[in-house]
Amino acid sequence: MYVAVKGGEAAIDNAHRLLAEERRGNPDVPDLTIAQIREQMALAVDRVMTEGSLYDRDLAALAIKQAHGDLVEAIFLIRAYRTTLPRLAVTEPIDTDAMRVRRRISATYKDLPGGQVLGPTFDYTHRLLDFTLAAEGGADSTGPAPADAPVDRCARVTDMLNDEGLIQGESDPGGPVGDITRAPITYPCDRDVRLQTLARADEGWLLALGYSTQRGYANNHPFAGELRMGEVSVEIVPEELGFAVPIGEITVTECEMINQFKGSKTAPPQFTRGYGLTFGFGERKAMSMALVDRALRAGDLGEDVVAPAQDQEFALSHGDNVEASGFVQHLKLPHYVDFQGELVTVRALRAKAEETP
Amino acid sequence: MMDTGYNYAYLDEQTKRMIRRAILKAVAIPGYQVPFAGREMPLPYGWGTGGIQVTAAVIGPNDTLKVIDQGADDTTNAVSIRRFFARTAAVATTEKTTEATVIQTRHRIPETPLGEGQMLIYQVPIPEPLRWMEPRETETRKMHALQEYGVMHVKLYEDIAHYGRIATSYNYPVLVNGRYVMAPSPIPKFDNPKMDRMPALQLFGAGREKRIYAIPPYTRVESLDFDDHPFEVQTWDGACALCGATDSYLDEVVTDDAGGRMFVCSDSDYCGDRRAAGHTGDQGATAADYVRVTEAGQ
Amino acid sequence: MSMSSNPMLSVQGLTHWYGARLGCRDVSFDLWPGEVLGIVGESGSGKSTLLSCLSCANRPSGGQVLYRDRSGAMVDVHALSEPRQRLLMRTDWGVVHQNPRDGLRMGVSAGANIGERLMAVGARHYGDIRIGAQDWLGRVEIADDRTDDLPRTFSGGMQQRLQIARTLVTHPRLVFMDEPTGGLDVSVQARLLDLLRGLVADLGLSVIIVTHDLAVARLLAHRLMVMKDGTVIESGLTDQVLDDPHHPYTQLLVSSVLQV
Repeated sequence: MYVAVKGGEAAIDNAHRLLAEERRGNPDVPDLTIAQIREQMALAVDRVMTEGSLYDRDLAALAIKQAHGDLVEAIFLIRAYRTTLPRLAVTEPIDTDAMRVRRRISATYKDLPGGQVLGPTFDYTHRLLDFTLAAEGGADSTGPAPADAPVDRCARVTDMLNDEGLIQGESDPGGPVGDITRAPITYPCDRDVRLQTLARADEGWLLALGYSTQRGYANNHPFAGELRMGEVSVEIVPEELGFAVPIGEITVTECEMINQFKGSKTAPPQFTRGYGLTFGFGERKAMSMALVDRALRAGDLGEDVVAPAQDQEFALSHGDNVEASGFVQHLKLPHYVDFQGELVTVRALRAKAEETP
Repeated sequence: MMDTGYNYAYLDEQTKRMIRRAILKAVAIPGYQVPFAGREMPLPYGWGTGGIQVTAAVIGPNDTLKVIDQGADDTTNAVSIRRFFARTAAVATTEKTTEATVIQTRHRIPETPLGEGQMLIYQVPIPEPLRWMEPRETETRKMHALQEYGVMHVKLYEDIAHYGRIATSYNYPVLVNGRYVMAPSPIPKFDNPKMDRMPALQLFGAGREKRIYAIPPYTRVESLDFDDHPFEVQTWDGACALCGATDSYLDEVVTDDAGGRMFVCSDSDYCGDRRAAGHTGDQGATAADYVRVTEAGQ
Repeated sequence: MSMSSNPMLSVQGLTHWYGARLGCRDVSFDLWPGEVLGIVGESGSGKSTLLSCLSCANRPSGGQVLYRDRSGAMVDVHALSEPRQRLLMRTDWGVVHQNPRDGLRMGVSAGANIGERLMAVGARHYGDIRIGAQDWLGRVEIADDRTDDLPRTFSGGMQQRLQIARTLVTHPRLVFMDEPTGGLDVSVQARLLDLLRGLVADLGLSVIIVTHDLAVARLLAHRLMVMKDGTVIESGLTDQVLDDPHHPYTQLLVSSVLQV
């Protein structure tokens, strides 16, 4: 005799216990600490902070530990946590001109004021697995040799072009800045909303879209005008004081792409631009973001929208991996009631088809 | 017992206020999708965050909450959501439809008719009924504003032309208050008639798509059809194998490898009540065998 | 023909610039109910620009387009809100595009393409809609057994005829046609023109038709406007303009038509 199985609650509890076991792995292996993740998996931490839209290295490290290293899951944890945080103040815009630069390169000039500062980059490594890292406490730990002189404050490449009028300016149109966490996006949307959406968008998504532009899906002839990574001060203007006060420092990566020049009958040609920004050290994301930012400006620049990277609704609606992951995976939820409806329909249609000659 | 450290029902008061404002707009314009600034919730998008945000905005300590998924209280996601509210809001929970003041549901309307003073909150994956014919939100907004709904009937027309009948079996589009075409969420079409002039307030939350809509009590809800191909609900040849009901939506259960099948009420509370009252189907357990997952007040 | 004192369409000083390039300049005319007006000229003459400004596809740089709505009032169509413009496009006006794919839903059947317009204005009886659709398929000489076929299985000429059926099924008062026979071979064109002539007469439509083909103009239009470099250089009754052109450019145009 059939007895409907009850016990969903017990099943869920046991699933949680199994999950905790999986997370811990072999109990003979030392438990991973938050400090280890924060220090030695810094790029994972950076990504979780960027797409989680929350700058806190310890929390991001905790999320990564709790998520067994699944970064999309960790990003979800951070976003959900962010929802519960009270909003105390809005900072001044960060001044990347005043960045304490640790890495700064430009592909558009061989040399420039401030120099090409390589910083800690993967770029010139040979991708050969380094087995010395497998030995604990192994690996050559001789640090870099000190530089001859400290890094100067670096002038912006785009400012140099701007002085000659060669590149379109970035200007602040004034007025309130949109906030995607306070109002739903309606299309078509302006650049402030687009940039916010891109900043928290999935790195893989932006990488693919950016790549597509390079392969001809609305190529905008990009040059990496400037890439800089380092520390910037975060400041607020408390009402009682009336002037800006620094409350801390964050590390950011900023990319400015210099793109295809455009002119018109009335205005001589100028280079156009794209912008990317991430928390921590996130060059791939910052560059991809700049490529997609430029592509999405097609409408503003009078270009035909022909490729997915230029299509606002397409590029922006599908980039949030928390939304995407949730909806894709929701297919695991029971759908048997609706499937039952489909079964009834298909069986009836087939029965009818068999009747008619 | 409430989890300390979080506001009542998890969301802060500002957010709840924002959601309530959206709900009021939705109630004022039956069937119209009101955009709202949805928040990330501790459950994933696609798993009921919209329904949860609506419930969180309207629920209070004096409420009694029922949560169902596919009509049953003990499907895993219903359990998960019920626990979420048990942790974050000091609210009584129940399985009994008649005892609930707030019912959050995924993909079904309870068989037991609802009354004034009850609220039914639906979880909605895709709030836009025109989405399959028109992917662009800029277009669909205009179509609703101008009542450009010809394209909805085109889909139904095509079904009849190809299959001889309308082939949509769930998420069957409806016209609300004679004005807006609405997606009722993936409830089976069997449930559509229950929405028409329901005495309870019906609220719909789509968290990922960030839309809220509503059907106020006693509002006209009509399923789209043609005069000569009127809307029809599903029927089954048999009755519920456990309680003998012939008027409820039945789930198909595979019983063995040889293709054995039986049909059981999808609404676990309805089925349980019937069996408690002495009804049985051909495979029915006795009243004593039926165990409720939660007792009222837990 | 209605005896109202206002024309169906009154166009005054219509001008459109694409940046620094002239599209059309200072075009003025009236269109009366039941009239077919042909706009002819070579490519680049400005005729398509003019049509797009008339049909609300483009917003003109200057000038006015006044339309007499069903209540008799003259309405400035470009001053209407977008919702009201769209309503106009759905009810009173029709557009036949040069490429039928621009005017059809390629993913739904022929019957649904025609039926959609009926359903959009409230038709709710499947059988009647189907009969209505098939009636129109008949009028445009498409066989009944193609009713459930997708337009992509139709030839170019058939797609165009389907577009015409879809446009005319709700009896618009004013129809804009942009090279409706463009891209079709000669015999198919001839058939289509005959069809159009019959429908226009039967339904008493007002039509503005843009074409580079003078034979099409002669067959369909009561009056002609000849355009060159963005301006109207000659206008008048079709036969007069084509048999006795005054402007040298018109004379050139007329004389260069191949006599077959």
